[in-house]
Amino acid sequence: MEILTAEFFQRALAGGILIGLTAPLIGIFLVLRRLSMIGDTLAHVTIAGVGLGLLIGMYPIAAGLIFAIIASFAIERLRKAYKGYAELSIAVIMSGGVALASLFFTLNNGINTDINSYLFGSIYTLENTDLYVVGVVTLLVVAVISIFFKEFFLLSFEEDAAAVSGLPVKFLNMLITVMTAFVISTAIKFVGALLVSALLTIPAACSLIIARSFRSSVIFSVIISEIAVVAGLLVAGILNLAPGATIVLLLICMLILTLIGKRSLRV
Amino acid sequence: MMNIKEDTASEVQCHDHVIELQNIYFSYQDQKVISDFSFAVKKRDFVGVIGSNGAGKTTLLKMMVGLLRPTEGNIKLFGQPIQKFRDWERIGYVPQKNNFNPLFPATVREVVLSGLYNNKKLFKRISSVEQKKCQDAMEVMSITDIANKRIGQLSGGQQQRVFLARALINHPELLILDEPTVGIDAETQHDFFELIFHMHKHHNMTFLMVSHDIEMVEDYLGQDPVDKCGAIRFHVRHSHEQDCLIPNLQHSIE
Repeated sequence: MEILTAEFFQRALAGGILIGLTAPLIGIFLVLRRLSMIGDTLAHVTIAGVGLGLLIGMYPIAAGLIFAIIASFAIERLRKAYKGYAELSIAVIMSGGVALASLFFTLNNGINTDINSYLFGSIYTLENTDLYVVGVVTLLVVAVISIFFKEFFLLSFEEDAAAVSGLPVKFLNMLITVMTAFVISTAIKFVGALLVSALLTIPAACSLIIARSFRSSVIFSVIISEIAVVAGLLVAGILNLAPGATIVLLLICMLILTLIGKRSLRV
Repeated sequence: MMNIKEDTASEVQCHDHVIELQNIYFSYQDQKVISDFSFAVKKRDFVGVIGSNGAGKTTLLKMMVGLLRPTEGNIKLFGQPIQKFRDWERIGYVPQKNNFNPLFPATVREVVLSGLYNNKKLFKRISSVEQKKCQDAMEVMSITDIANKRIGQLSGGQQQRVFLARALINHPELLILDEPTVGIDAETQHDFFELIFHMHKHHNMTFLMVSHDIEMVEDYLGQDPVDKCGAIRFHVRHSHEQDCLIPNLQHSIE
């Protein structure tokens, strides 16, 4: 039990709560715009950036962010080139990301522990810098979402209507993409690249079933994600389990419960 | 004397153009879809655009609202080049029914309110006056009782009323309807057409409707197209009933 009072655990809790807020906030827009797989793809590419960062001695998350942003624009490009086969762009970029990651990591022998911490997350090894970075990203995401909330709603609901209303559709799309890259590159140190998309999509998947309005679906997905993060960290801490994995499995349990209780839950 | 009168008339007419297409060309992946086409939608016209699938109706519509750029030629909205046009609140837009995912979590109220979100409302909050506008638009379309229902749970006809309420919330001068009755049963389709034809007769609005429902369109707009663009036909009816305009939409529909 003394783990709960340890400084590293409290740092993990603070960081987890922040990621637990930003991930579903961005995730709900990705899910509604049928871009769920983008989270996973960008996470894999971010790992390549982290690999390069570790190789050249750059702050790994910053290098990961740059890679994620480049990849997100590359996905858009490919989506346009293969209209109607949009998922192709995701497959190409994802495998490209994994290939680059494996290349960078093998060039830099002896950092095997690091690769694991970015693949599966190592929330207990957070440093103060990581917390500051995630704090800034949280502020940024919350600010952008609250400023453009109604525009993002219309864009997700019906992109054509948004365009006919004279909304800057390209700019808004770009904003969501860049925010996604920010959230993923900061979140992978917490839950790991392999699990980050769970935090983006599962809370949204639950709230799609429970919520009737758009506003409530955003609120629900944040609540669900926070419950999973806090409860997951506590359970993992007490039972000595892998924290990222515990959080994700808790999320999946919550999704199953939501699906089972579907009828009585809708509010 | 005659000449002067004619000049003035043509000037007034230019002012009255809601949409103007001037020598439009459009190619899609090296295939010419539209070539050298000109057309004008005048104030208080009801323009029906009909044609089979793939004739380029949607392409044309998308160009008129700035979603696609013509390869060549000019488009004007309310007399302004479309690139410089900023008054999007003057246009109401009713999309094809199947444009959204039925699982999308949005209530009727949220959808109607989104008719207010435009380029001029960026960075601004929705005021209580605007909430009232939303309430009014829902009352006009008799959808107040379903205001808090999820849009995906409604019938096709109800959904169409929601989208119409959204399009009317700003009291637009031009209403654009893109195949508004696809996937709706015959009786509801009939009611829907009755409603918009009624609005055309009694309100100061211009209508542009893309439709596959040739029968209904010809019934109201006449059998002879005034213009053609490839396989696309344009049927037009002008509303002259200036003296019986009903200022309040609600009274007109009740």
